[in-house]
Amino acid sequence: MKYYDKLIFDLSKEGRQGYSLPVNKWESTVSELPAGLLRADVPALPQVSELDVVRHYTNLSQMNFGVDSGFYPLGSCTMKYNPKINEEIAANPVFAGLHPLQPAETVQGALRLYKDLAAALSAITGMAEFTLDPFAGAHGELTGLMVIRQYHIARGDLKRTKIIVPDSAHGTNPASAAVCGLDIVQVKSNAMGLVDVEDLKPLLDDTIAGIMMTNPNTLGLFEKDIKEIAALVHACGGLLYYDGANMNPLMGVVRPGDMGFDVLHLNLHKTFSTPHGGGGPGSGPVGVAAHLASHLPVPKVMEAEDGTLYIADGTCRCASSPEGSGAFGPACSCAPECKCGCQACGQISGFMGNFGVLLRAYTYILMLGKQNIKKVGPLAVLGANYIKESLKDVYKLPIPTVCKHEFVFDGLADQSTGVTTLDVAKRLLDYGFHAPTIYFPLLFHQSIMIEPTETESKETLDEFIEVMRKLAREALESPEYFKEAPHNTPVGRLDETTAARQPILRYKDLV
Amino acid sequence: MAFAYFPHTEDDIRQMLDRIGVESLEDLYSDVPQDVIYREEYDLPDAMSEHEVRQYFEALADQNTSLFCLCGLGAYDHYSPAVIPHIISRSEFLTAYTPYQPEVSQGTLRYIFEYQSMITELTGMDCTNASMYDGATAAAEAMMMAMAATKKKTRVLLSEGLLPQVVKVVKTYAKFKGIGVTMIPCLDGVTSYGSLLTELAVGDVAGVLVPGINKYGIIEDFTGFADAVHAQKGLFIVYSDPSSLAVIKTPADWGADIACGDSQTLGIPLSYGGPYVGFLACTKDHVRKLPGRIVGATKDVNGKRAYVLTLQAREQHIRREKATSNICSNQSLMALYVTVYMSLMGPKGLREVNELCYGGAHYLHDRLLETGLFEKAFDKPFLKEFTLKTRLPAQKIQDALQLIGVFGAVEVEPGLVNFCVTEKVSKESVDAIVGYLAEEVAL
Repeated sequence: MKYYDKLIFDLSKEGRQGYSLPVNKWESTVSELPAGLLRADVPALPQVSELDVVRHYTNLSQMNFGVDSGFYPLGSCTMKYNPKINEEIAANPVFAGLHPLQPAETVQGALRLYKDLAAALSAITGMAEFTLDPFAGAHGELTGLMVIRQYHIARGDLKRTKIIVPDSAHGTNPASAAVCGLDIVQVKSNAMGLVDVEDLKPLLDDTIAGIMMTNPNTLGLFEKDIKEIAALVHACGGLLYYDGANMNPLMGVVRPGDMGFDVLHLNLHKTFSTPHGGGGPGSGPVGVAAHLASHLPVPKVMEAEDGTLYIADGTCRCASSPEGSGAFGPACSCAPECKCGCQACGQISGFMGNFGVLLRAYTYILMLGKQNIKKVGPLAVLGANYIKESLKDVYKLPIPTVCKHEFVFDGLADQSTGVTTLDVAKRLLDYGFHAPTIYFPLLFHQSIMIEPTETESKETLDEFIEVMRKLAREALESPEYFKEAPHNTPVGRLDETTAARQPILRYKDLV
Repeated sequence: MAFAYFPHTEDDIRQMLDRIGVESLEDLYSDVPQDVIYREEYDLPDAMSEHEVRQYFEALADQNTSLFCLCGLGAYDHYSPAVIPHIISRSEFLTAYTPYQPEVSQGTLRYIFEYQSMITELTGMDCTNASMYDGATAAAEAMMMAMAATKKKTRVLLSEGLLPQVVKVVKTYAKFKGIGVTMIPCLDGVTSYGSLLTELAVGDVAGVLVPGINKYGIIEDFTGFADAVHAQKGLFIVYSDPSSLAVIKTPADWGADIACGDSQTLGIPLSYGGPYVGFLACTKDHVRKLPGRIVGATKDVNGKRAYVLTLQAREQHIRREKATSNICSNQSLMALYVTVYMSLMGPKGLREVNELCYGGAHYLHDRLLETGLFEKAFDKPFLKEFTLKTRLPAQKIQDALQLIGVFGAVEVEPGLVNFCVTEKVSKESVDAIVGYLAEEVAL
């Protein structure tokens, strides 16, 4: 990677242009608008040629690390290979040209994709029905919690306003619950890193809407008491939410629906190989058990008896409700086999989610097929345990059991020279690897969370192991040099304090 | 047995199992209760080759009808320059993770900084985050910001002129958070100032959300709005089409505290509704309430200019249950999409796009009135989309257009239909379409 110092604004020169537009043959012009509606100044966007743009962004890309550049041992993020066929399918001009409000009869292929992808996700997870509307994992969490609340509200069970979240949960769990208007009750982990069932029991009463679980949890450990937990939570009238961020190790082996979960979200950009894109667009489908299906958000794709597909938008069309009256109302006579979506928790996206991402995910599923899906989880788990066993003598392994797709070290085994987890992460960059997830989960002070995924070869893992062992030696031999890492990246460590104290958030404030 | 995405040979697996000290892959699941392990065949298709997958999706694409687009209502058929898909498919951008390791993510961080610079230029606001999922969710987040900024207030006001999908999404978020929503009606096609004043007088208003261009396509005049809202200590929020802001007054010009909207109009293909990208911008007073990621400029240890995710104390993974937003990603690659678009277009290109849309839309508007099938619904200024009253059932017109492969005349409200013209629509096609309607569709 080489350092390149420019912003696109630095290339700007009055009079250059990077566009080509048709000759304007119309008679009316914007200047006819009332002066009071017109913008007085000209926005200071760059004026650059097409080649300026191409070279600039190519130069920027060369300061970036991606899955195609090298290995990401990034816990909880499942950075697997993003197959190239996915991109070609998503770029199909027919799909790219469909307006989201086109009549259903003109988009039967697109709607069929929603149905078929939802059915495939049901088969993989054991959930009855899916919505593909949520845009990301966190958005899926929020949607799933809305479904849970809607379920209780629809039953008139209005005092269920608390949600139980383990102390090892992803940060989004409590945040999503707060945005959904739920109060958070924390349940502790026991010494083995699992939800403490004895700590859970006294929390369960008729104010509990449900519990959010990640299984395997953020330590990469399978919550083996899950069936007991499910029985306890269900007995108190609560529902079980499955955070699918960690679905990859279970893909092809265990279905969350069979563990007793009522609601889950998946991250198509993790488990189903769609690219992370530097932080989106993702997709966070939500699956539910049959008794919650009517509460999934609208718009939803429904199938008529003759096999044609249509979109239910939430307007209640049942006999007991006057035509067009239906806001997302209280139970009407068409529940629970509602075909209009009037029992939905509401609408959570402008149209129907990130359609382009859905195309990629279904491409991946078709490539894998029923045969290869079964290998995803086991090969991912194999890689994680292989790294763990190969490094546990030089990194501190707080919980020495078999892990699933990821595991957590609590820093170097020998921390006598003061080399921290942050230093390890930065030094890894010098060796051409991305850093692992660090300082999460919060249960340990020096967490290093490693997840390899099934698409990495033994050779790649061996190289990584070798470098990690080398780092453990370097930390003792040359700690000062180590703490100044990275040395071989386009920029060194950044002054984040000044960035936050005196924020410069746009070009205008930089020059 | 082997598969293109799994590099493991039988021998690799054997050696790895040996290192771990177990016999088989099944043993790696010894901690899982055996009765939850799924041993049946998955109800999925058989694995396909790439060629078969292509054929499958070509057949699926054939089950759709490509239509010539004369519809707006939240998704617009603008032209997307060839450069953009080329750049965003560079794998260093496409396959990158969130830029939490700034030393190897300067590419992503730099374009987000550029994105922020351009969005603040277009909106006139002081700061923006790194982007949102879409316009509707950006509007919902704007409402949450207003609630957080004004603490004890319990409701927001929404204009009836907002796109219906935006209203629905905001109402869903509001319902679960326990925020009251009161609608401000439209009078003669625009948000009623009188009704706004009446509701503000009732009090308890955290924020007021209005559309810069409303669902009828009308460019609204917000003279007096911001002062009235601020007098009641609420926040004024304007939902905009960022492309239009090259020529019409910005949210900042109207005195907005928060600006939001959907940047799909900046060249993103229709793509059946997504992925698009929302924007959320605000005055500097509210930057610490802005959700999501924000990139700031700084220097590295050697004094080199560099960029980094900043003000992270705002974010959900730090605030956990105290968070007022749960968003953790942005719509990063789509932010790059619109950044490259804005770079190519520049101020003059964006102005020209608006001129082409304006000229075409007004031409279509006048020609449609000449057919006698329509009459004016409102006499108000518009840019690229407009609403007409039909003298026929709206469905009949929409169906007639569809017969010649055109998508338009979508009903906004009973008897009112939408048309939209972008720079992709030529005079010849407008003449042909209007000629057809005049000849083939009778009153």
